[in-house]
Formats: sequence, C-alpha cells, structure tokens
Amino acid sequence: MKILVCISKTPDTTAKIAFADNNTKFSADGVQWIINPYDEWYSLVRAIELKEADSSINIHLINIGGSDNEPIIRKALALGGDEAIRVDTDKNDSFYIASQIAHIAKEGNYDLILTGKETIDYNGSSVGAMVAELLDTPFISHATKFNIESGNAIVVREIEGGEETNKVAFPLVVSCQKGMAEQRIPNMKGIMGARTKPLKVVEPAAAEEFTAVATFDLPPAKAGVKLVSPETPEELVRLLHEEAKVI
Amino acid sequence: MSVLVFIDQTEGKIKKSSYEAASYGAQTASLLGTHAEGIILGKTEENLSALGNYGLKKVHTIEDNQLNKFDAQVYAKLIHEVLVSSGADTIVFSNNISAKAIAPRLSVKLKAGLVSGAVALPVLSNGFIVKKSVFSGKAFANISINTSKKIISVNPNSFNISTIEGTAEIIPFSTSIPTSIIETTTVNKITGEVPLGEADIVVSGGRGLKGPENWGLVTELASLLNAATACSRPVADIHWRPHHEHVGQTGLAIAPNLYIAIGISGAIQHLAGVNRSKTIVVINKDPEAPFFKAADYGIVGDAFEVVPKIIDSIKKMKSSS
Ligand SMILES: Cc1cc2nc3c(=O)[nH]c(=O)nc-3n(C[C@H](O)[C@H](O)[C@H](O)COP(=O)(O)OP(=O)(O)OC[C@H]3O[C@@H](n4cnc5c(N)ncnc54)[C@H](O)[C@@H]3O)c2cc1C
Repeated sequence: MKILVCISKTPDTTAKIAFADNNTKFSADGVQWIINPYDEWYSLVRAIELKEADSSINIHLINIGGSDNEPIIRKALALGGDEAIRVDTDKNDSFYIASQIAHIAKEGNYDLILTGKETIDYNGSSVGAMVAELLDTPFISHATKFNIESGNAIVVREIEGGEETNKVAFPLVVSCQKGMAEQRIPNMKGIMGARTKPLKVVEPAAAEEFTAVATFDLPPAKAGVKLVSPETPEELVRLLHEEAKVI
Repeated sequence: MSVLVFIDQTEGKIKKSSYEAASYGAQTASLLGTHAEGIILGKTEENLSALGNYGLKKVHTIEDNQLNKFDAQVYAKLIHEVLVSSGADTIVFSNNISAKAIAPRLSVKLKAGLVSGAVALPVLSNGFIVKKSVFSGKAFANISINTSKKIISVNPNSFNISTIEGTAEIIPFSTSIPTSIIETTTVNKITGEVPLGEADIVVSGGRGLKGPENWGLVTELASLLNAATACSRPVADIHWRPHHEHVGQTGLAIAPNLYIAIGISGAIQHLAGVNRSKTIVVINKDPEAPFFKAADYGIVGDAFEVVPKIIDSIKKMKSSS
C-alpha cells in the first residue's frame, strides 16, 4: 500500500495578518511558518499510525512550493514518512496545485491520498476533491476516522447534520479533520533521521490557473466594547433587544 | 447563459443557506443581465415553485430515492448534465460540507474557476472578482476568476435572503443515475438541534465553565434564544462537548448575527473562527481577557452568577411581549 500525504505550508495561527505591495501580497515579515495543522495533526499522523500497524505501507509526502518550504517538509519527515517530493513552483491557484498532485499521484500509483480538510490560510477546501476528480476516484471529505479492513477503507465522515460510515475500495482521496489522530511532537531520532530521508524536487507539470488573487482587505476595526455591570444583566438583554436588535 | 443555483436539502427540507444561495444567484444573474435557475437532487416535500420567491425562474429536479444518499461524484455528474442542457455558465453553492465536495469536482469538469467562501456579490467592473474570507476570517481576498465558466460557493450567514413575488417553473430532468461506489454502512443524524454553521444565534462556552456538568447554563440560554451551542477547542479536546461544536481556526468558522461567549478567553485561534459574527457578547470574570477587545457588549463577572440572571431576564422579556 502506498500513501501520498499532501503537506501545505501556512502561517502560524498567531501570525499577524498584514499585506504588502498595495495589498496584493501577504506580508511574510516576521511570520513563523508551520505545516497546515489539518495536514500535520490529522492526515500525516494517521498515515504514520497505519504504517506502525503495517510496516509494508509506504508513506510519501508531497508539497507544492518553493525551496523555502523545505524546513516544514523536513519537519513532516521528522514526524514520519519515508520520502518527500516537492514540486517547485510558487503558484497557488487550487486547480494548478491539484493538477500537480494528480500528476505525481498517477505516476506513483498511490492507493490513498490524504489531505487536510482545508488550509488555514486560503480556507479553500477544494484541492482534495479536485485531485479526486482528476484521478476519477471517490473522495471522502471531513473524515474523522479511517481504518483498513479486508482491503477496503472504512471511513467515518462528517456530513451535513451528522456523520456516516463509508466502505469504499482503493484508490481514493480522503480529507482529514479532528478525530483522525492526535497531534505528535517529533522526537530526536525522527529529527536526525529526517535529514537523510530522500527529498526529491521536480519541475511542475503544465497546468492552467483558473483564478488569481487581485487584492486583500482587512476587516474594519471594532468600535469598542460596551460594558454592562454584572449587577444589572437585564441591561444587556435590553441592549441586545433594542439597540443591536439581535434577540 | 444563466446562473444555476444548487439547492441543498436534508431529509426532504431545503436548508436556510440554500435560500441565501438562491438570493445570491438571482442577484448575480441580474448583474450579468441574465436569470437564475435552481437544481435540486433527491425527493423533497417542499413546494419547489416557491423558490420563485427567491428569484429563481426555473428549478430542475431529479427525483430519485437513490439521491437521498449523498455522493459527491454522482452529484457532480448530474449537476454537470443539467448545466449543459440548461446552458448555464455560472454555478452558485452554499459553502457547506456537501458543496465542498461537489464544487471542486465541477470546477475540474467544466474548467471553471472556483471561489469557495464568498462573502459578497461579484464585482464586474474589472473582470469578475469575488470577495472571500481567508485566514479563517482574519482577512478577505478579492479573487479574480479568469475562466469563462465560474463557480461561487457562498459562506452561510454572509448574504441576506431577499424575497420577491414569483413562481419557479419545475422542470423534471430525466437521466440514468450512476450507482455510487461508496457503500454507506451507518448514518447518524443529529436531530432537533439548530445546525451550528447556519444558526442566527450561537451560545458558546469555554474552560471557564469548569466542567460538563455546568453546561446547563449554555444549553438553557441557547434553547431560550433558539440558538445553536458551540465551544472552545480545549472544551472539545477534553470531551466536555462533542467535537462538532468546536469553533475557531481549527474548528468551524461561523458568522451568526449574535455570538455569546461564556468563560472563553478569546485566544487568537478562537477569534479566527467567530470574528465575522455581527454582534459579539462576552461574559468573562477577567477584565483583561482578550475577548473584550473583539466584543460589542461585555459583562465582567462570574458566569455562574450572571448567566442565570440573563436567562431570567430573557424569560421576563418573552412573557411580557
Ligand atoms: C495551532 C492552534 C490552533 C488552535 N485552534 C483553536 C480553535 O480552533 N478554537 C479554539 O477555541 N482554540 C484554539 N486553540 C487554542 C487557543 O489558543 C486557546 O488555548 C483556547 O481557545 C482557550 O480556550 P478557553 O478560552 O475555553 O480556555 P482558557 O484560555 O482557559 O480561558 C478560560 C476563560 O474563562 C474565564 N473564566 C474562568 N472562570 C470563569 C467564571 N466563573 N465566569 C466567567 N469567566 C470565567 C477565564 O477568565 C478565562 O478567560 C488553538 C491553539 C493552537 C496552538
């Protein structure tokens, strides 16, 4: 069994969000970069757990991005995974990215492709489903549990208003969220080992870009909080009813 | 050329967010100088011609029991067929779990640029630009769609429903339904609760509530206000509340009219998921809690004393009105 885990780089969750070049670019000044939490905590760790249970499983990581992405790829390798592939491009349109992943996935004949349910920067939630469409395979999104039983995937996923359990044959694409696995911290052995794991850099395949960021905006600042005394909570109820008109 | 709106239903009922998508689709169509149509898959008990009141001229239906089980691969294929036969070139979804699995597939099939998480109508003065929420609500990006066909998935609670008088023509579409290759072995629906992503009012609790045994305060206030309940991440992590209630950067991002946070500090990762709420109320005993900076109204006080008084006062207000 070969698993391809998609790893994306995002700003740390506490990063200050600011823009440069007339609001056309994200300002990376002083920003700490992390592995997108959904990719790291859920899809990567679940893949590692599957390999721990069955050592014949091979885990490859894929990242689409420039050479400045290598520290987060090495960190992912320190957690686990056998080797990594970086497709060298700075483009970030979802269809373009999905095309790169699908291209590598076809060449590598992977049985399972794991993504996070979304990235915490663009919140697109679209790459996994696009890869599935490009490969003409099923896509199970928002998965909270994943197991392999007699050659099939058994996946619990969130649906609108509940959850369901699916049984589906490989190959398939799954997007992962909370419930899949627990966050892990890389240990010293992992960090040392990651240095020598193969990290292959490949040129992007030809693909179109469907969209482009024109500009960014920040939301308007809040006017400031109106405090109500804890002695008179009925005043809060009155304000919500008469002033904000929300209850 | 027309706009096609995907009307989502669960258990035969059209979701509120689909009416938002219909209004969004109708207004986008009038900007483009065309009209909007709808598509609904599976059996429903709703009067579909009433979708005319949300600006849809026609509604394409495929009434087949098989479609009451959701499979994005099957759905995308059928929507594609209807789109081709209706001549639509713009598709609108409400950005929920189902749309997140269907819309990207259609994007590939149609070579149509997709903006998911849209919060405003497209701006056509310089191409086709759609504003969407990014960085989990901390900013917006204006995305230019550069393909001739376009897909927009609108965030729930970001666009107001508008109604007019109208009747939609119902057009049954007949085709063969592909069999799903995903076998669904069990389904658990959460019934009787307001879905969090669509709720107008959300009451949320944090670690300040001390333990799951105290959640009666949150649920009682929520049921009085017909609100959904939510929680901070540590509360879901320690299993005081189910994980689908977890809001924030790594949970659900929501935008209700009113968000009431009780005993939540307001960490940046929490704010990321709730800062698009129109009105934020914070109840916290620490005057320095960062949440007060993001709030519209606040009470510095002990939740265990303040919330029961709020509940009483709402009850009084309700009985006097
Ligand atoms: C990568 C990453 C992602 C994260 N994602 C999320 C996310 O998606 N969502 C999220 O919520 N968090 C997230 N977090 C965690 C976040 O940083 C905070 O730790 C968390 O939000 C704090 O939860 P809390 O406010 O419930 O608890 P605390 O920070 O412990 O705050 C409890 C609050 O309750 C108040 N309080 C105590 N007793 C009372 C009382 N009797 N009456 C009134 N108030 C009282 C206290 O003053 C305090 O402000 C993330 C963290 C990281 C590192």
